[in-house]
Amino acid sequence: MSVLYIVLPLAIVMAGVALTAFILSVRKGQFDDLDTPPLRMLFDDEPNDRRKD
Amino acid sequence: MTTLATEILAASPPATAPVPCSHCGQDVPRGLVEVESQLQFCCAGCRAVYDAIHACGLEAYYRLRNAAVAPPKPSESTFESFDAPAFHKLFVQQQSQTVASVDLMLEGVTCAACVWLIERLPHVLPGVIEARLSLRQAIVRVTWNTRELSLSRIGRTLNGLGYTPHPAKGLPRKQLARIEVRKRLIDLAVAGAIAGNAMLVACALYAGRGGRMEDSYREFFRWISAVLGILSLAWPGAGFFRGAIAAVRLRTVNFDVPIVLGLLAGGVAGIVNVILNRGEVYFDSLSVLVFLLLVGRFLQFRQQRRADDAVELLFCLAPSTCRTVRQGDRIEEMPIEAVVSGDLIEVLSGQTIAADGVVESGQSHVLQALLTGEAEPVPVGVGDKVYGGVPNQGASLRIRVSQVGADSRVGRLMRVVERGVAEKPAIVQFTDRIAARFVLVVTLAAAGTFAYWSRFDVAAAVDHAVALLIVCCPCVLGLATPVTLAVAIGRLARRDILVKSGAAIEKLARRGQILLDKTGTLTFGQLRLVCWHVEGFASTGDEQFKPLVAALERQSQHPVARAFCQALAAFELPAAQSALLHDVKEQPNGGIRAMLGSQAVHVGSPAFVNRAGISVPPSLARLQHELEQVGTTVVLVAVDGNAVALAGFGDQIRDDSRWAVHALHELDWDEQILSGDSQSVVRKVARAVGIDPSRATGEMTPEAKLALVREYQGRCLTVMVGDGVNDAAALAAADVGIAVHGGAEASLAAADVYIASPGLTPLVHLVTAARKTMRTIRVNLAISLVYNLVAAALAATGKMSPLICAILMPVSSATVLSLAMASIRRIDRKTPRNAEDKP
Repeated sequence: MSVLYIVLPLAIVMAGVALTAFILSVRKGQFDDLDTPPLRMLFDDEPNDRRKD
Repeated sequence: MTTLATEILAASPPATAPVPCSHCGQDVPRGLVEVESQLQFCCAGCRAVYDAIHACGLEAYYRLRNAAVAPPKPSESTFESFDAPAFHKLFVQQQSQTVASVDLMLEGVTCAACVWLIERLPHVLPGVIEARLSLRQAIVRVTWNTRELSLSRIGRTLNGLGYTPHPAKGLPRKQLARIEVRKRLIDLAVAGAIAGNAMLVACALYAGRGGRMEDSYREFFRWISAVLGILSLAWPGAGFFRGAIAAVRLRTVNFDVPIVLGLLAGGVAGIVNVILNRGEVYFDSLSVLVFLLLVGRFLQFRQQRRADDAVELLFCLAPSTCRTVRQGDRIEEMPIEAVVSGDLIEVLSGQTIAADGVVESGQSHVLQALLTGEAEPVPVGVGDKVYGGVPNQGASLRIRVSQVGADSRVGRLMRVVERGVAEKPAIVQFTDRIAARFVLVVTLAAAGTFAYWSRFDVAAAVDHAVALLIVCCPCVLGLATPVTLAVAIGRLARRDILVKSGAAIEKLARRGQILLDKTGTLTFGQLRLVCWHVEGFASTGDEQFKPLVAALERQSQHPVARAFCQALAAFELPAAQSALLHDVKEQPNGGIRAMLGSQAVHVGSPAFVNRAGISVPPSLARLQHELEQVGTTVVLVAVDGNAVALAGFGDQIRDDSRWAVHALHELDWDEQILSGDSQSVVRKVARAVGIDPSRATGEMTPEAKLALVREYQGRCLTVMVGDGVNDAAALAAADVGIAVHGGAEASLAAADVYIASPGLTPLVHLVTAARKTMRTIRVNLAISLVYNLVAAALAATGKMSPLICAILMPVSSATVLSLAMASIRRIDRKTPRNAEDKP
């Protein structure tokens, strides 16, 4: 059971790493605009079936 | 004459199924349908944009778009002001020697297809490096190579695609708000991560109760829990401590005080117990509490931020450039901020005057409604003083600038506004009043518990008192109240009612004095066709002269002609008839005379028609007299020497004003009208909307309005509703300031609530929704009180273990939260949606 002395701090450190990653991404502005990026990924780079009207 | 009328009627095309516009998808007016063409356009704007999109090879836009859009109205500007050094200094960030970026706010951004179209800009315009659009804010950041491309070219291209660009103003404020959002998000994440881990550790501790866990492990877990708990209190929880300290310094109690009381008691007792290795630790409950409270506050903050953003977009729409006349009559477009006293500026018809000054040439009408409350346009000529922020409704004017910025009339009014804000008396909010009582009761109960148990065992007494403080922590008010407010603000925003502070909702749920501005609030604030009467042509209907009058009035820039064109926009004179129209002459401030074939047509003031020697039938003359008695501007139409029709123009009362005034009265609000317009007009409007004329005051200066708001404030809750710069100070000083659709920038900035759709019906919705929101909050409060009573009783009798505490707290939060959501949904169903619901 003494493995707990290592595993528990390790778990908290891992949580801390994830948290740090989140904080960095917030500071870099990745969460400033939550509306546009989900749309942006839906656009093809070059539309290849141009419809003729 | 009869033949003429029938000819005009016969020339209009037969009714057919509506044809959708090739660009915007809305129905094309019948007169504009081109029979043989595949492409149909409802207006010139749609045609231009359609052509531009095709010329750029961006037809896929139409495939991506899934709904009809509003017809675009591309600006006629050349955007040369975008190239002015002053503009670059104000709005452009130079990234390197050749690369620069600018934030532009775009009109007409609606959906995903717009994102695609705008972000294609680098493919369309070589030299643009990147274009990134933020859909919600409608702001695009364009990065481009300054050597290859001028900014005005980018402006023209965006405009051509149907998105008129404006420089994004208020960026420093936006930057501050962005930092605030990020900070709150980080706090939320840290609190959440700590709460999750603290709960896991707590689970281990609970599972190991009753000697199933070795003491050394138990101690280790308690220390980990303590470290996590202290971290939660010291980092994300620090905001509560700051708020409580600020309140204590001001000798008041706000909602942070009871929260901090619980956090502090739990934190200190927990640390002591960990060090002494005895008793209970509460850090799992505390860190969950911090997280839940932050969630509530974050949601409310985000909704208020959205409302704020939406209002800020409107600031960007305000004109930011003006035309400066340089040596040799050369016109240069430049940012308003760069205009200095002594400059000569040109203000075209329909534009807003950029600065205070004196007219050097030209004759026109200006509408001072937003500045003074006068609804009728004021004629101005050479030598007259004009004020910035006022629209020029007539011909173009050249103005020698005398004052700019803080010295101008608007600038001086803004100083009164600032004074209004600074001296706004603090009103004790509902939640803070509850908080004060809460603190008192909980401290008394804790002291009583301690006193009772200390007779037996001091250590147990401390434990029980601390447990009581923690379980009574006002989770419901800290979490459910902001969430309820956030949901209410969000729902109101969907109905174009933008609420910038939750406190406004709380205040509007009460009763008090509501002060209404007249011009622009109860009325439209501009000249409108209020009456159209045709003499003796009942057989051919009332509309027979409208196309002809519309065709003539389109040639004039007089405010009355503008109002005519607006009212008769749907009437087009058939081509066969307009070919016959010749010799159109306008007499300034009189009317228009023209020939239709061999018949003379006169449209103008009664004096102008009389001078032409035209007889007016008695019935028309009587109507004319009646209308003039109530301050209506009358226009007569004469064909072939006979007066045939009469039109009346005035500042029309909004359709829903009367209903809204009545509804607010039913809701126990005491209404009064304040206006800068003349007393007689104000009384007339008061009678028309159903307010006692003795409760209507005219000829009020901005200072007088402010003074009146102050006077009422001592006695009752005061709500000011207005649209103008002259209302701004009163809006800022009132307990709740509400700016209505079409208002001046200053009033938007000063108000707590902005109603973005025309009319007063939204005001009634707002008050009803506020009442229902507060009712929900009260119900939640009652339910949580029951929870707290049970928990406090358990704690005081010493039956409250940390396990029960840890279960009871989230369960109570969840109950109250789901109740808040459910009741808000009920509010939404019950509130009338449209003006049609009115009785």
